[in-house]
Amino acid sequence: MCTSFGATTCGSRILENFCAPYDATAIRKLLDADAVLIGKTNMDEFAMGSSTENSGLKQTVNPWAPDRVPGGSSGGSAAAVAARLCPVSLGSDTGGSIRQPASFCGVVGLKPTYGRVSRYGLVAYGSSLDQIGPFGRTVADAALMMNVIAGHDPSDSTSVDETVAPVPDYLAGIDEPVEGLRLGVVSAFNAGSEASVQVALNVAIDVYRQAGAEIVEIDLPHFDYAIAAYYVIATAEASSNLARYDGVHYGHRTANPADYIQVYSRSREEALGQEVKRRIMLGTYALSSGYCDAYYLKALKVRNLIRSDLVRAFEQCDAIVMPVAPTTAFKIGEKTDDPLQMYLSDIYTISANLAGIPGISVPCGLDEDHLPIGLQVLAPAFSEAKLLRIARMFEAATDWHRKKPALVE
Amino acid sequence: MSDISYKVIVGLEIHVQLCTKTKMFCSCALGFGEEANSRVCPVCLGMPGSLPVMNGQAVEYSMLAAMALNCEVAPFTKWDRKSYYYPDLPKNYQISQYDLPLGSNGYIEIPLGNGQTKRIRIIRAHLEEDAGKNLHTAGNYSQVDLNRAGTPLLEIVTEPDINSAEEVRALAVELQRIMRYLGVSEGDMQKGHMRFEPNINLAITRPDGEFKTPIVEVKNLNSFRALERSVAYEIERQLDEFLETGRTLEMGNKSTRGWNDDDQVTVLQREKEEAHDYRYFPDPDLVPVTTTPEGLQQIRAQLCELPLLRQRRYVAEYGLSDYDAGVLTAERSTADFFEQTVTAGGDPKRICNLLTQVGLKLANERGGDLPSLGIEPGAVADLAKMTDAGTISATAASTILEAMVETGKAPDILADELNLVQKSDAGELEGIVDQILAENPQVVEQIKSGDKKSKKAMGFLLGQVMQRTKGQANPKVVSEILARKFN
Repeated sequence: MCTSFGATTCGSRILENFCAPYDATAIRKLLDADAVLIGKTNMDEFAMGSSTENSGLKQTVNPWAPDRVPGGSSGGSAAAVAARLCPVSLGSDTGGSIRQPASFCGVVGLKPTYGRVSRYGLVAYGSSLDQIGPFGRTVADAALMMNVIAGHDPSDSTSVDETVAPVPDYLAGIDEPVEGLRLGVVSAFNAGSEASVQVALNVAIDVYRQAGAEIVEIDLPHFDYAIAAYYVIATAEASSNLARYDGVHYGHRTANPADYIQVYSRSREEALGQEVKRRIMLGTYALSSGYCDAYYLKALKVRNLIRSDLVRAFEQCDAIVMPVAPTTAFKIGEKTDDPLQMYLSDIYTISANLAGIPGISVPCGLDEDHLPIGLQVLAPAFSEAKLLRIARMFEAATDWHRKKPALVE
Repeated sequence: MSDISYKVIVGLEIHVQLCTKTKMFCSCALGFGEEANSRVCPVCLGMPGSLPVMNGQAVEYSMLAAMALNCEVAPFTKWDRKSYYYPDLPKNYQISQYDLPLGSNGYIEIPLGNGQTKRIRIIRAHLEEDAGKNLHTAGNYSQVDLNRAGTPLLEIVTEPDINSAEEVRALAVELQRIMRYLGVSEGDMQKGHMRFEPNINLAITRPDGEFKTPIVEVKNLNSFRALERSVAYEIERQLDEFLETGRTLEMGNKSTRGWNDDDQVTVLQREKEEAHDYRYFPDPDLVPVTTTPEGLQQIRAQLCELPLLRQRRYVAEYGLSDYDAGVLTAERSTADFFEQTVTAGGDPKRICNLLTQVGLKLANERGGDLPSLGIEPGAVADLAKMTDAGTISATAASTILEAMVETGKAPDILADELNLVQKSDAGELEGIVDQILAENPQVVEQIKSGDKKSKKAMGFLLGQVMQRTKGQANPKVVSEILARKFN
């Protein structure tokens, strides 16, 4: 996120010395609300990753276990809150980049509805999927942050008109349980997760049942195609969004280029990381003439099907619960050589981005290694207030959010 | 050579810069000639995290232009990214319109100078942002000026319906006239407000068959003259090349040639058109543009009478020549001034002559338009009426119009001050005529004898009277007196 002070690097060497001359709207709103910004956190380069290991500049570890990743891409923001370096922080979520690190670090992370928070000043990865959201220790912290950052911004055409979707007070009534709550679950999903995650989810469902919720079995038939669709759409947009980092106008420029083609090729070769290059290649391929129909346009169709699945599901329930990630925080280096395994850690979070709906991760357990597990709750577009109340119902009935890493005990 | 004939085939790709207050996707002012990179912001610089916001005025202007070009205007359109790497393109993609152009299937009627017109079909008209400019003046590196980056451009593509260099020019002039009438572009070619890129080839017929020459696109055309001449040059060059090499469309790729205005030739720039893959996809940063039927109606209501129709009306309604009507309708301000003057009274032809021969000349000298001369249409009408009444001569009217511009005084006052009121008093003039006749007995004899040169002799006598009266005699009255004398 661009700040008019300090560098805005996106975890990339190509922007290592880039200082934005302006503040992102979310940052501006926080400053206007007298927030004290104490620092900027590490992330996967250009938000591409699920472990923050793809940062081109720094390494971030999980405060619960220094040999584990904090999740990603907004791993630094999640770790900072978990380590009690700050009470709240901001991240961005394109395919799970707020919810998954929140889950790995045992904090609350909210991805708002697409269009609820201005993207102005958020360095774009997948523009139709990116959304800024808060991390906090509690659901109320996230609600408080939403009260500041949500709303229409004339500088972002995709931020939603408040006459169409008014911005409520997210904190008001947050402790009121939702009467007659109907929670959707997809039983089949459980099998794809680690045992500890399955157990924690089942316990969480019981917590809701005891709080009076009706558990409804729902069907999301196109869920399995989400990752494939996501990695076409996000990389296609990324290949275009990242084209501007070319060494011509700002950022890293190669030394002694022979011509302007070398300014491009060498600057990018030298300063962009492996994963970023991989995704640029993927996206460029997906948009190329002759392949565009088979990949990009097909992926858009899948996206529509996933969106319709969710709309249909929300006719039967108020919210859907599922795991945030199939595992808890994995070891540093464990998946860096296997990008597909890394991509699969986003399997539960990606659908919310494709559909543009809000999702939250709240702490719901610890595994045998004392690593946090997150519970994901998804809700219809622009129902963040209700989503926060539903998340708060779980939080109020449990004390997982009070657990701290040994580091700060 | 006699058994060979050919047809010229030209299609045009045109970029029209819209005269909006601000750029296409940010609030920077449009500029020309300012200090490099002084009219830029994070959005048009393509800075990380910046987002485009559509300029509604540019969309309205474009829709208005598309309507004037008889296009179907899309009630739903969107923005697409066109990807290519070039230093003057900060994002390395251009925001444009791909599969849903704002206007399509239109046509433009172009005047052919003899009152005839020709219809040139328009394939599409879409809106996009301009790139910046690369400057190669610094030595062993280049610089980029992004003042122009993000300027709204209307791209218009015609069918290859144009069949001569003269038609290309006629289309360009007519398009400029339309854009200026609508007030959507300043249309100054020197300033790059209108950029024409003709695609030219020939269909050659010979006894051994029909052949098409390879298509050439010509760039770097900064005036109507350059446009017309480059096409004329290409026609000759392609014909020569075909006769020499026999190369046809099927054998060669499209090439790009640049016009060299100093040498008046086109120079090869790119032989083989690279197979560009622009990887178009919808820009996720912008929302589609939906216009209601009422909204379209409101824009259509802003359409004025278009220049060619106005030109035809002047011929039909005022009996002006097609040429004069063309001059009067070249600029909307001229035509408006003309009509205001006609409404104020006076003979349209007389007013036309005053305005085209004196008014526009003065305006051009001052680098402004007709209204900028500061004279009132009513005063010009008075001047025309004085001329029609014979109070002043046509020559005097021109002198008075010039003086009106200089002094701002009324025409009757100036006629007095400059001593230009004609002597129309028959009695007074008859005395002078008698004097002249007495002084020129041979001429009088000549006329009386019915010599074949008598007409010329009458003219001589009239001239003598005019000279004696220092041009103030009403020649019509003098002619009548002379005629009477010899009857």
